[in-house]
Amino acid sequence: MTELAIRSRSIRASMARALLGLAVGLVLCGAAAAAEEAAEHEGGHGESGVAWQSWSAGNEVTNTASLQRGAANFVNYCLGCHSLKYMRYERMAKDLGIPAAQLTTNLIPTSAKPTDYMLSSFPHAEGEAWFGRAPPDLSLVARYRGSDWVYKFLKGFYVDASRPSGTNNLILDGAAMPAVLSDLEGVKTAVLGAAAEGHAGKVVERFDFVTQGRMKPEEFDAFVRDTVNFLDYVGDPAQVQRRSIGLWAVLFLLVFTAFAWMLKNEYWKDVH
Amino acid sequence: MAGDNDALPVRTGFLGWLNKRLPVDAFMRDQLTGYYAPKNFNFWYYFGVLSLVALVLQLVTGIFLTMHYKVGEATAFDSVEYIMREVPYGWLLRYMHSTGASAFFIVVYLHMFRAMLYGSYKAPRELLWLFGMAIYLALMAEAFMGYVLPWGNMSFWGAQVIVNLFGTIPVVGPGLVDWIRGDYGIADATLNRFFSLHVVAVPLVLLLLVALHLVALRHNGSNNPDGIEIKEKKGPNGKPLDGIPFHPYYTVKDLVGVGAFLILFAIVVFFVPTFGGLFLENPNFEPANPLSTPEHIAPVWYFTPFYAILRAVPDQRTGAVLMALSIICFIVLPWLDRSPVKSTRYRPLRWKLALAIFAVSFVALGYLGLKPAEGSYVALARIFTALYFAFFFLMPFYTRGESTSRVPDRVTLHHD
Repeated sequence: MTELAIRSRSIRASMARALLGLAVGLVLCGAAAAAEEAAEHEGGHGESGVAWQSWSAGNEVTNTASLQRGAANFVNYCLGCHSLKYMRYERMAKDLGIPAAQLTTNLIPTSAKPTDYMLSSFPHAEGEAWFGRAPPDLSLVARYRGSDWVYKFLKGFYVDASRPSGTNNLILDGAAMPAVLSDLEGVKTAVLGAAAEGHAGKVVERFDFVTQGRMKPEEFDAFVRDTVNFLDYVGDPAQVQRRSIGLWAVLFLLVFTAFAWMLKNEYWKDVH
Repeated sequence: MAGDNDALPVRTGFLGWLNKRLPVDAFMRDQLTGYYAPKNFNFWYYFGVLSLVALVLQLVTGIFLTMHYKVGEATAFDSVEYIMREVPYGWLLRYMHSTGASAFFIVVYLHMFRAMLYGSYKAPRELLWLFGMAIYLALMAEAFMGYVLPWGNMSFWGAQVIVNLFGTIPVVGPGLVDWIRGDYGIADATLNRFFSLHVVAVPLVLLLLVALHLVALRHNGSNNPDGIEIKEKKGPNGKPLDGIPFHPYYTVKDLVGVGAFLILFAIVVFFVPTFGGLFLENPNFEPANPLSTPEHIAPVWYFTPFYAILRAVPDQRTGAVLMALSIICFIVLPWLDRSPVKSTRYRPLRWKLALAIFAVSFVALGYLGLKPAEGSYVALARIFTALYFAFFFLMPFYTRGESTSRVPDRVTLHHD
């Protein structure tokens, strides 16, 4: 799929980012941000090895080109098993600036219409039989797990012969899902260290690649980031629009309050 | 201009016809233009009108959400996502309503603290305080049931924990829990009745209580940061010397406060609607699942001070009793405080320290209620629970015969 960078969209996005910066500067937002940051840092640790606990998706939902690549990744690699039952193809195409022709030729299964929800044709009952549980719907996965979690999950597969699928996952121990992206990433084993005292999660000394994937590590990383970015968008599709409207709403209220303040001062001149 | 407010304007035509049948002008005079409020209100006095703004925001956004929400355990979660994605500006309605709930509690807590700072609960305003406390209780019920409606996993497990608290009541407890749920577990029947109560019953009670709260307020007039009864010093025109007409002085001043409130409100709604998981918790974006308990169940922040008290003791029944007691303490506050002076400004250091300890304990318990009940968090919760109760239980002793400084005759405008 070609990348369609839409200029006005990115200008609006950068304005929204500027205001977001301003908002975060306020004490109110600062508190929440600080709390979030503190929570993130609790996961990191200063020992040697792979600090996978502090891996971060670092995705930007205002990056339309990344979202378009992420949508293509999802349709090609995830939609076979996982649905996005709250997302319509048409809405996705509109939000991500994908032309109708491209949508129908590249992204929609032949049996589906643009107004359909993005449903997988994978049968639920068989999913339970094959994997022990049906592949979950991913519409809200980035909301309840968080983008960073999804990123860690997609990059956290390693060889584990004791598992039925032959692989395990760093952040979701005993994951039922097989390492479906190993064709791109390669197959890796994790050299696990002893679990640190009072520290949740596995300690990874290093990864060893058994076979190389079709992508270079940085290409695969970008692939995962785009996919996570797309899932972030799907979790709250109005978020980009929300921030751009918010800019005007806050500007209006600032002007309104300034006038109200001048009016108040005018009336209160004679109160001593 | 004050003297002009007494006489009603002579009306002809439609307004004359109307006023003969409905006392529009008389009401405006009695409640707005001829109602005198102390002229020394400070920052803390914005939170009354802001509570009213929050109430109206919740009612209006709630009406529109009800048009699209579908109650029922099979449909509730999907319909909320439908609102977020397919209803035009549905996300705005939903985020305004969810942010509005937290905003309501923020302004109500600050409003309550204002009453404690300036002794607004003291005679002759005890009943005003009691109506306020009844509003607070109704608001807690309203918020709790509203949180269950999206039928997310935290809705489900939160309801489980809160409803089970009633089970700790001796003899009737277990039966009471079944009666509240309408089933042997949190289920479709529970969701349906919470919807009915959240949308119809509790809002009606809230509106009635707010009306009573306002009538009681207007009857004796507002207290003020100096804790002086302005009606005791009247000018030759029979109006309080330290009072100014509510309209236009406080209507324009409140407009500034409302504007500032809405700026902060809009920043949250448009840029950080989940507020880092404080206003909307992450596990609630996963549908209710009786087979999967969230890692740790925490109520929304406005209940966490009481939740921390509940968990501070190992025995659940004692915890529940303490939690109930922690709210009852607020209700009987007018009779615990024995000081003849209202405003903290003229009360001794002993009182100021006690109030500060209370404020710190309340905030600290709120923080601890969000954390898992383990290790040093429990020890800290116990310390702050003890301080919280000490503030109330010892109040009759440390406020009796306290050495207050002289309260001025007239209000002060520029207090330092």
